Amino acid sequence: MFEIFGIPSQALFGQLLIGLINGSFYALLSLGLAVIFGMLNIINFAHGAQYMLGAFAAYLLLQLTGIGYWPALILAPIIVGIIGIVIERTMLQWLYKLDHLYGLLLTFGLALVIEGVFRNYYGSSGQPYQVPSSLAGGHNLGFMFLPNYRAWVIVASLIVCFGTWFVIEKTRLGSYLRAATENPTLVRAFGINVPRMITLTYGFGVALAAFAGVMAAPIYNVSPQMGSDIIIVVFAVVVIGGMGSIMGAILTGFSLGIAEGLTKVFFPEASSTVIFVIMAIVLLTRPAGLFGRG
Amino acid sequence: MRKVIGAVAAAAVALGLGTAAHAQQTVKIGVLNDMSGLYADLAGRGSVAAAKLAVEDFAKIDPNLKVEIVSGDHQNKPDIGSSIATKWFDNEGVDMIVDVPTSSVALAVSQVAANKNKVFIGSGPASSDLTGSKCNANTVHWTYDTWMLANGTGKAVVKTGGDTWFFITADYAFGHALERDTSEVVKANGGKVLGAVRAPLNTSDFSSFLLQAQSSKAKVIGLANAGGDTINSIKQAAEFGIVKGGQSLAGLLIFSTDVVALGLPTAQGLVLTETWYWDLNDNNRAWTKRWQKEMGNKVPTMVQAGVYSGVLHYLKAVSALKQSKDGKAVVDKMKELPTDDTLFGKGSIRVDGRKIHPAYLFEVKKPSESKSAFDIYKLRATIPADEAFRPLKDGGCPLVKS
Repeated sequence: MFEIFGIPSQALFGQLLIGLINGSFYALLSLGLAVIFGMLNIINFAHGAQYMLGAFAAYLLLQLTGIGYWPALILAPIIVGIIGIVIERTMLQWLYKLDHLYGLLLTFGLALVIEGVFRNYYGSSGQPYQVPSSLAGGHNLGFMFLPNYRAWVIVASLIVCFGTWFVIEKTRLGSYLRAATENPTLVRAFGINVPRMITLTYGFGVALAAFAGVMAAPIYNVSPQMGSDIIIVVFAVVVIGGMGSIMGAILTGFSLGIAEGLTKVFFPEASSTVIFVIMAIVLLTRPAGLFGRG
Repeated sequence: MRKVIGAVAAAAVALGLGTAAHAQQTVKIGVLNDMSGLYADLAGRGSVAAAKLAVEDFAKIDPNLKVEIVSGDHQNKPDIGSSIATKWFDNEGVDMIVDVPTSSVALAVSQVAANKNKVFIGSGPASSDLTGSKCNANTVHWTYDTWMLANGTGKAVVKTGGDTWFFITADYAFGHALERDTSEVVKANGGKVLGAVRAPLNTSDFSSFLLQAQSSKAKVIGLANAGGDTINSIKQAAEFGIVKGGQSLAGLLIFSTDVVALGLPTAQGLVLTETWYWDLNDNNRAWTKRWQKEMGNKVPTMVQAGVYSGVLHYLKAVSALKQSKDGKAVVDKMKELPTDDTLFGKGSIRVDGRKIHPAYLFEVKKPSESKSAFDIYKLRATIPADEAFRPLKDGGCPLVKS
């Protein structure tokens, strides 16, 4: 067996794979943020809280109605997406003409309120949620033991990420969306209901966060602060990728997951800061982000 | 102008003296802990509720002492913790601070209490340095510490064949102390430590660290972390088939709230050490019922029970001395009086500030053995009070020599 920088290559492959899995969550979450920012110009600080809502929706569906993981994977994003639509209709829509800062403050406040309410009722140590029995267990790949559930995380996240990219960049619906962001008045002149399209886009972005939340429920602790733990990293990912760039968000999400995974092997103490170091370097050299157009 | 300032200052001093003399029978207690983060369930508002119960019970012993409770959120940050402590001691007339989970914050607060000659009773923190090299005459360490955890869980695991260890350690004062104390126990009992990895506090994904632990081939993976970090490590270890692969997990600091959060299917079989469990005897069950009236359907932890016990004993000392302003004198009195309450039974406080009581080795029940949601432990062994904590001479506390 050969070694790379003193680490056996087998261990390294394992770490790369794990980085990729964590990158899946970064990609899913930063994708939602990028879609919302790209189409609505809103910096959605409530994204972490909406991710947490997704996980809690799955937990509550199981506790209250006995609905298991697979239906929850569809239902929870729909429920949370509808909550997102209500938020957009009642609050966010008044802010589009104002400075970014207003949207940021509003969504940040919302995140604090949502988290506080859940902490009050469910405490901070979290709720149990088991891996679905159809995905329990795992396979020995030779260089590591890969739990089936983690493999599913990568596959599902790749499908959702590239599906979203395809819809927005390659379909007629996506071209309407992009056009509506560029010039809403003109698009409306063609008879397209722009406000409704924007509302649905926000709902979709929020649903993406909730989807990631359901995916996370069996492996991470389902607790009110699970969103605030991850959201700062995800924002760094979006900044590195370039605000509003969909492909940038996806690729950066996966690659930063890998970068973080490698740090956990070579210098574990720095693993919580490495992404911010990369962010600082990228901002210094390419202020618009790696994939930004501005 | 200078005269005016002088007059105002004199008036202020006079007023200050006046209130001090008048308030001789008033004691102010500050419950300082994590109210919103990962330790909010094991301490948080539940500790405030426990302190209130202690005040309620003390009123039956000495109705003349008026006790006031304030609370604060240190957010697990030493700078925030010590600035709240300073503000409370200097401006708000707080006489004693209790709880303070997160060892790094507790070490800072203990220093502040010593500088201002006030009292600090640590129920939440774990680092045994509080009564070791960093001890002082104003601090009492109440509920548990890293040496006791290592001695309880570590020794039990090594004795049952787990003689090679790999640590996953929370990268701050507490984790380091726990890893150090456990390593010593492992080595003293003929075991070997193969390695350790330091994970930042509040990590959500431990799979990378677990993989490193797996490839170390150690028989035991020691989790020198707490709260959400421990929950995530155990949850993910189950996923990665660590236990099925023949390695076992040793959760060195696991609270009842963590076990409830994990659920018995994941947590079953874990061995852990605590000094208090709600279902251990009738007294504890009765107290838990009272506590739940305030807190709802939650499970109390040993930290919260320790806050009750600590506050009660502190008030007894204040009542005996008839003063609460000279912190060192109060702590001396606390050390002189034997401790006795319904939750921890009879005990004492040593010269280094260490509260002494028995510890219990528990095993988490299988789901089939549990009769209710909070029925989670079975007792494996009781470690008597004189063996549960680090011997006085080994701590290196300067107070011991003098």
